[in-house]
Amino acid sequence: MNHTQDKGRGWSWWYLLFVVQFIAVLWPPFYNSIEPSWMGIPYFYWYQMLWVIVAAVFTAVVHFATRR
Amino acid sequence: MQGVNWVALIVFILLFASVSWLGFAAARWRRGDLDQLHEWGLGGRRFGTLITWFLVGGDLYTAYTFIAVPALAFGSGALAFFAVPYTIVIYPILFLVFPRLWYVCHKRGYITAGDFVKGRFGNRWLALAITITGIVATMPYIALQLVGIQVVVGALGISGTGFMAEMPLLIAFAVLAAFTYSSGLRAPASIAIVKDILIYITAFAAVIIIPMQLGGFGKIFAAVPPAKVILAAPGANTTGAYSAYATLALGSALALFLYPHSLTGILSASSGRAIRRNAAMLPGYTFMLGLLALIGFFAIAAGVDKLPEYAEGFKQFKNNFAVPALLLHSFPSWFVGVAFAAIGIGALVPAAIMSIAAANLYTRNIHREFINKNPTDKEESQIAKWVSLIVKVGALAFILFVPTQYAIQLQLLGGIWIIQTLPAVMLGAYTRWFNSWALLVGWAVGTFAGTWMAIAADLKPTFPLHFAGYTFPGYTAFYTVVLNLALAVILTPVFNALSARQGRIDETLAGDYYA
Repeated sequence: MNHTQDKGRGWSWWYLLFVVQFIAVLWPPFYNSIEPSWMGIPYFYWYQMLWVIVAAVFTAVVHFATRR
Repeated sequence: MQGVNWVALIVFILLFASVSWLGFAAARWRRGDLDQLHEWGLGGRRFGTLITWFLVGGDLYTAYTFIAVPALAFGSGALAFFAVPYTIVIYPILFLVFPRLWYVCHKRGYITAGDFVKGRFGNRWLALAITITGIVATMPYIALQLVGIQVVVGALGISGTGFMAEMPLLIAFAVLAAFTYSSGLRAPASIAIVKDILIYITAFAAVIIIPMQLGGFGKIFAAVPPAKVILAAPGANTTGAYSAYATLALGSALALFLYPHSLTGILSASSGRAIRRNAAMLPGYTFMLGLLALIGFFAIAAGVDKLPEYAEGFKQFKNNFAVPALLLHSFPSWFVGVAFAAIGIGALVPAAIMSIAAANLYTRNIHREFINKNPTDKEESQIAKWVSLIVKVGALAFILFVPTQYAIQLQLLGGIWIIQTLPAVMLGAYTRWFNSWALLVGWAVGTFAGTWMAIAADLKPTFPLHFAGYTFPGYTAFYTVVLNLALAVILTPVFNALSARQGRIDETLAGDYYA
């Protein structure tokens, strides 16, 4: 009974997606610039807003991939 | 200040009155026996994915956030945007740690972090430290919600002297206290739905209409002083604004779900799976928070602080008046009423949950542990109801008699204190390896070091750490929790060697942590 459940509790390679989003948003040199701006919005702002959406998608992917 | 804005005031009062009614009616929603603590204080753990989304969202994204984040953008520029990476990285943490915590709390009947730590480590003093930290960190947070109400009430043009000036706040608080007492967690859960709809309408209207009025984003950012648009590049031998930005985001994220009100929101979910789903859905609020932060820049471009009609508001509330002033400046009165009601109601939801969380902590981990070991269910829930009232009166007294600045500073210290519970609560969900006395020493040193560093840094959130000729400005909470953790790791084998008996009292089983 427990075998399939055990798989869901341990490490999953899908969690690397979380590492990617941590690095992408916690390393300011990646995004601390005005250009390329989009619709007048500096890169600094739209990059981080874009990552809100990407991170939500990543989390959803991990949820479905590791669902028991 | 301008006179009373009657249209806005009437809309505000109507919306406020209808959610108050909702708060009382909520006692009959998914009816349960409110004489049991888990029914009153956790809504019977029956909230599904969607209600949990509203409840946790209403809990974490508070009225103070909606006022303070744009105010920080207005005053300091790009640094305020750390709220976005902060509320991005909290969700992997929520996803990984908190379903485990939910399962063990559900199986063992735990209601608070103190319950969990007591069960996991069998050390009542460690549990007491966690409990007191939770209560002390929550109090100024409740007080700050009142600042949100104060700002919008002031912006509606209501002013007076002495007692009369505080009447709106007193009324709002009496209503809040009454429906929390009678309905428990069901009240904020139902109100959160209305509040969120209002907030989303306001945020999207502001982000679409105001840039059109101001001539587009290009013009808005051109009006912002260049030094505020992006972070200052670090100079030689320092990591400058970069390390401050990243550690503020990460430290705040690690602290957030340790707050008692966050845990209360999470534990009221009906399943661990509902929490995992929410980790993917809650970023909806993060997106809105980012939009709201941009409103601070709109306020700079609109030059609201230069307009004579808002001079008095800025004088009284400082930068916190930026958002209300911009809304007054840009929208017709009826919509200002809707927007201000959204902020005001946005204060009621977290204030209610915070007071319930603090009440649960006192009742379970202080009263039951140290005063009356065997209360009946009814006695237990009755104590919690009274404590929720006392907590709110305390917060109200704080805001009326102590300068607002102290509430803000205490809330900052609260973040530094609450993160010290991370090793016991968050890592405790994964491992029983730590020695409970080592955790207690780590907690104590982290708390004292954090408090000292915050005071040494003039009660600013970041501390300039000097090391090997370099300066690393960073969030004090982050630095001190690293210290705390290092101590817990080093001292665990030492304490284990000193006392062989210690450390084998874990009432939870490995199987308690998953479905």
